[in-house]
Amino acid sequence: MAGIPLSHGLLVAVVLFALGLVGVLARRNLVFMLMSIEIMLNAAGLAFIAGGARWAQPDGQIMFILVLTLAAAEVSVGLALILALYHRLETLDADAADKLKG
Amino acid sequence: MLALLWLTPALPLLGFVILFATAGRLPASAVAAVGVGSVGLSAVIALIITASFLTTPPEGDFYRQVLWRWIAIGSFNPEVAFRLDPLSLVMMLVITFVGFLIHLYSSEFMAGDEGYSRFFASMNLFVAAMLILVLADDLLLLYAGWEGVGLCSYLLIGFWYRDPANGAAARKAFIVTRIGDTAMVVGLILLFTRLGTLAIPELMERAPQAWPAGSATATAAAALLLGGALGKSAQIPLQTWLPDAMAGPTPVSALIHAATMVTAGVYLIARTHVLFELAPAIQLAVAAIGAATLLLAAFSALNQHDFKRILAYSTISQIGYMFLALGAGAWTAAIFHFMTHAFFKALLFLAAGAVMMCIGDEHDIFRMGGLWRRLPLAFASFLIGAASLAALPLVTAGFYSKDMILWGAWTSGRGGPALWAAGLIGALVTAIYIFRAVFVVFFGEMQIAARSRYGWRIAVPLGVLSVLALGGGFVETPAALGHVEAFSRLLEAVLPTQREVAAAPATQATVMAIASFAALAGVFIAYLVYLRRVRAATILDTSAVQRLHRFWLAGWGFDWLYDRVLVRPFLWFAQLNRDDAVDAVYDGVAFSSRVSHAYLSRTQTGRVRWYAGWLVAGSLAAIAIAVFA
Amino acid sequence: MMLASLIIIPALGAILAWRSERLHPDAPRWIALGALAAALAVTVAVWMHGQDGPWLAETNWSWIPQLGIAFRLGLDGLSLLLILLTLALGILAVAASWTEIAERTGLFHLTLLLTLAGVVGVFLALDLFLFFFFWELMLVPMYFIIAVWGHEERIGAAIKFFIFTQGSGLLMLIAILAIALVHLQATGRLTFDYFELMGMALGPDVSLFIMLGFFVAFAVKLPAFPFHPWLPDAHTQAPTAGSVILAGVLLKTGAYGLLRFVVPLFPDAAMRFAPIAMLLGAIGVLYGAVLAFAQNDVKRLVADSSISHMGFVLLGIFAWNALALKGVVVQMIAHGISTGALFIIVGLLQERIHTRDLRLMGGLSAQLPRLSMIGLFFAIATLGLPGLGNFVGEFLVLLGSFDANPPLTIVAAAGLVAAVIYALTLVQRAFHGELRRSSSAPDLCLREMAVMAVMMILILWLGVRPQPLLDTVSPALLNLQKLDASHAALTEHQP
Repeated sequence: MAGIPLSHGLLVAVVLFALGLVGVLARRNLVFMLMSIEIMLNAAGLAFIAGGARWAQPDGQIMFILVLTLAAAEVSVGLALILALYHRLETLDADAADKLKG
Repeated sequence: MLALLWLTPALPLLGFVILFATAGRLPASAVAAVGVGSVGLSAVIALIITASFLTTPPEGDFYRQVLWRWIAIGSFNPEVAFRLDPLSLVMMLVITFVGFLIHLYSSEFMAGDEGYSRFFASMNLFVAAMLILVLADDLLLLYAGWEGVGLCSYLLIGFWYRDPANGAAARKAFIVTRIGDTAMVVGLILLFTRLGTLAIPELMERAPQAWPAGSATATAAAALLLGGALGKSAQIPLQTWLPDAMAGPTPVSALIHAATMVTAGVYLIARTHVLFELAPAIQLAVAAIGAATLLLAAFSALNQHDFKRILAYSTISQIGYMFLALGAGAWTAAIFHFMTHAFFKALLFLAAGAVMMCIGDEHDIFRMGGLWRRLPLAFASFLIGAASLAALPLVTAGFYSKDMILWGAWTSGRGGPALWAAGLIGALVTAIYIFRAVFVVFFGEMQIAARSRYGWRIAVPLGVLSVLALGGGFVETPAALGHVEAFSRLLEAVLPTQREVAAAPATQATVMAIASFAALAGVFIAYLVYLRRVRAATILDTSAVQRLHRFWLAGWGFDWLYDRVLVRPFLWFAQLNRDDAVDAVYDGVAFSSRVSHAYLSRTQTGRVRWYAGWLVAGSLAAIAIAVFA
Repeated sequence: MMLASLIIIPALGAILAWRSERLHPDAPRWIALGALAAALAVTVAVWMHGQDGPWLAETNWSWIPQLGIAFRLGLDGLSLLLILLTLALGILAVAASWTEIAERTGLFHLTLLLTLAGVVGVFLALDLFLFFFFWELMLVPMYFIIAVWGHEERIGAAIKFFIFTQGSGLLMLIAILAIALVHLQATGRLTFDYFELMGMALGPDVSLFIMLGFFVAFAVKLPAFPFHPWLPDAHTQAPTAGSVILAGVLLKTGAYGLLRFVVPLFPDAAMRFAPIAMLLGAIGVLYGAVLAFAQNDVKRLVADSSISHMGFVLLGIFAWNALALKGVVVQMIAHGISTGALFIIVGLLQERIHTRDLRLMGGLSAQLPRLSMIGLFFAIATLGLPGLGNFVGEFLVLLGSFDANPPLTIVAAAGLVAAVIYALTLVQRAFHGELRRSSSAPDLCLREMAVMAVMMILILWLGVRPQPLLDTVSPALLNLQKLDASHAALTEHQP
């Protein structure tokens, strides 16, 4: 199949991952951080798909399904935690939640 | 009858056990009965044994009684066994008999003291330990008695424990003698390792076979034993404890620090004389130490104010004489002097105790004076004791024993005349210092109220010891004076007689005359200086003499020296290391983990984004290493 | 079965004592006494009716055969004496802390008896894994004894004790595993059996390292200089019974380990290491004595004196000849009794004057004559007076060590002087001088006198007639020495 070359797929994945990472590190709003993590997960998923397509193996797609479920679980748990945190701290600032400081 | 031997130490020991177990709940009369009675019975048994021993001497002139095997490990099997031979017989007799007299004296002297029972318990234990020491057939058992008497000495010096000074004196005595004892332990170990036994007869048999005279091992062994003897007998350099030991009750000073315990070193050397003969260098050292000690202590005695300290230095000095005799090879003379010294020195202490008791426990002789009229008995006994100590010729026991020592020194091969001269100067100073005490205390102006209040229990021991201090010397007299040799013939079986020296009886008589003259001269000088107060005596008040006086008063500065060299560095180190330097190392480990904890816990900021950042950095670093390395 | 019961009886007693507290506050004490007395009776029975030969009784049950671990116990003269000491001191410790421990008596006796059960197990185990198991078993309850019923700074002391012992225990575990693995490589069989491991030939380096693992573990327990700093803290802060058991018994497990395992398993390595070990012993003798002298806390003084006494033990073990080894055994027993007694005396003193600070004491002879007299007695015992047990031990150790290493023996002998200094200082500062602080309670009562009288008689008996004890331990020591007959370089005083 004369499709998109692997390098292109991986490049997009890397860009997406970097965007997500910068989002996690730079944003202080917990919801945005959660979204950024989703982006990173999907970037990883994209890399799997690209790899699976390149080698014509189903493994990549299987892994992507795993990532999807993981992401779904993560979002549900993460949102619940964010809600609980918001009730307690009245803010969505991640840096305000540093009670575990050593 | 000899089989009763074990009872002599066992009875006082039983007395101790009874008094210890009842712990002061017995009435005073019962305590006295147990305390005095046990030693009295022991003395009676000692007399019976002596009679039996002399009338029907056992085979080989010794009797051995094995009680039980103490330890048996391979070839190391010391027994708890007693050995009665003429030497231990003499020692046993003196210890039990003088011990009994002093116990009797104490039963009155110590009356009313709250520690009455404790006193007799310790005294009984002492007599038992001392008897074990002299009767022991084995050096290990001898050492047991040796330490036992040291313990009793400690207990009794510190008897009046409320005063910390007494406790300090007691500890000093124990620690200083223990230094010597430790040398002795090492000596015992060396002897066993090389000769394979600690039984005294076997040791004395094997030593000459194993070692040639002057061999290094023999010298080392003799030196180590000498260390023990120096400590116990208060000879240079371990003499400093004895003057302080006078902190104990006076009967204790009489029994332990004059008559018996302090002569244990003399006994030890006499007992192991074979070893010392194998080590001529050490034997010479014994003589030299004896000579030095007798002079040093005599000069110190001359300068003391304290009644008992005069006698203490005198004891050191007289034991110096015994060491001199031992070193000169005059073994019998040493033991003879031990016996007469036990009589007259016990007498001196008891008389001094009686005096001080009657004048309200005053110790400074310059606050006494003119007491002879008030306290005639004490005066008479003290005078007899002093005469015997000063070796006034012909009538006193001290004269015969000291003469024997001086003659032994004169005829000994090594440095004879020098040793003799030291002994002679010592004799002169001895007469001066003891008659200084006599004149200052009993003559001159009366300065203190005295009330004679001693009963028969004090009077009888004083009387009996007076007789002995005068007559005890007639068992051995020199050639010029009757030539009685009962004592040396008795000891012949144990102690070798001195090499006969080809000296005319005339020489011996001359030597004796010189010594007699020295003694009389000493008395006369003391009379001039301390009673007549002749004008020449004002020289004593010049500053140079006063400085010397203070130096001698302080015992030649030994205490000062030891304090600087030994005591203070030890205290300094101990205090410095109180919190244990090694612990500081482990504390260092704990401290460093606490510090690193403080630093590392700062990285735990609690901020999720911060963690994520490190996560990224770490992953990047890992990938970089994987890719580029 | 007999041997297992020696461990099971105290362990069962422990649980019973714990549960019985609700019945009556004193019930745990009586149960503890009963259990220990029963175990003591069993021990005596084994002593009287034991088999011939070095091993009086043995038990060998399968436990985890897959890993070559067996429940193997053996009792020889050495173990027997130490178990007798353990149980006797246990009884005395319970009796001595009758009034001192008022809270949670059930729990207290649970921990005490479990510790003792562990100690007995240590003295019996002949399987290295089982040995390690008991080694840990005795440690944990002791931690609680210190941490719960101790004095002012108990927590710190308990943690220090735990870290030292546990850290060194880890080294021992590694050493045990190492020797088992080396054996596995050599023979293809995994085993922790003492006798099987004994005969194995090891390379010089390997054996030295494994030996050091064991040595450090036991040296910490002993304790040998410079592994001693846990001891003063632990002994000082523990309650009286804890101190008695620590000093009297737990320290002996270190010496026992050296005797039973280090030298027989690694004879050559141990002999190469002997000069260093003896040096540590001699230093310990002096260092502990100097340390003891400077202390102001009586209990700390007594604790530091243990370092000094155990220095003699270390010296004697590595001299490894008949005289020194018997001296070591006597020294261990005598130290257990005399130091145990001193700790009890300090406990009694503290109950009466509510301080352990020597600067506040003095003159107690007048007010507590019996207590002071007994204190004096044991101070005298501790300084090694002939006629009392410690002297026999110290003298035999010195006598034996002189063969192996004269200079170090002389250094250690100087400890005899140092011992006098601290012992007499203790007597002076506590009992003599002017009365400083009055006692709030009368002199010793009958129960306390009985405890002390037993200990005095024991130490006296040990000093005057040590022979029965020496005869008991003799075959065991001969056996230990025979096990490493490979090195005949050592001097022997055998008949």
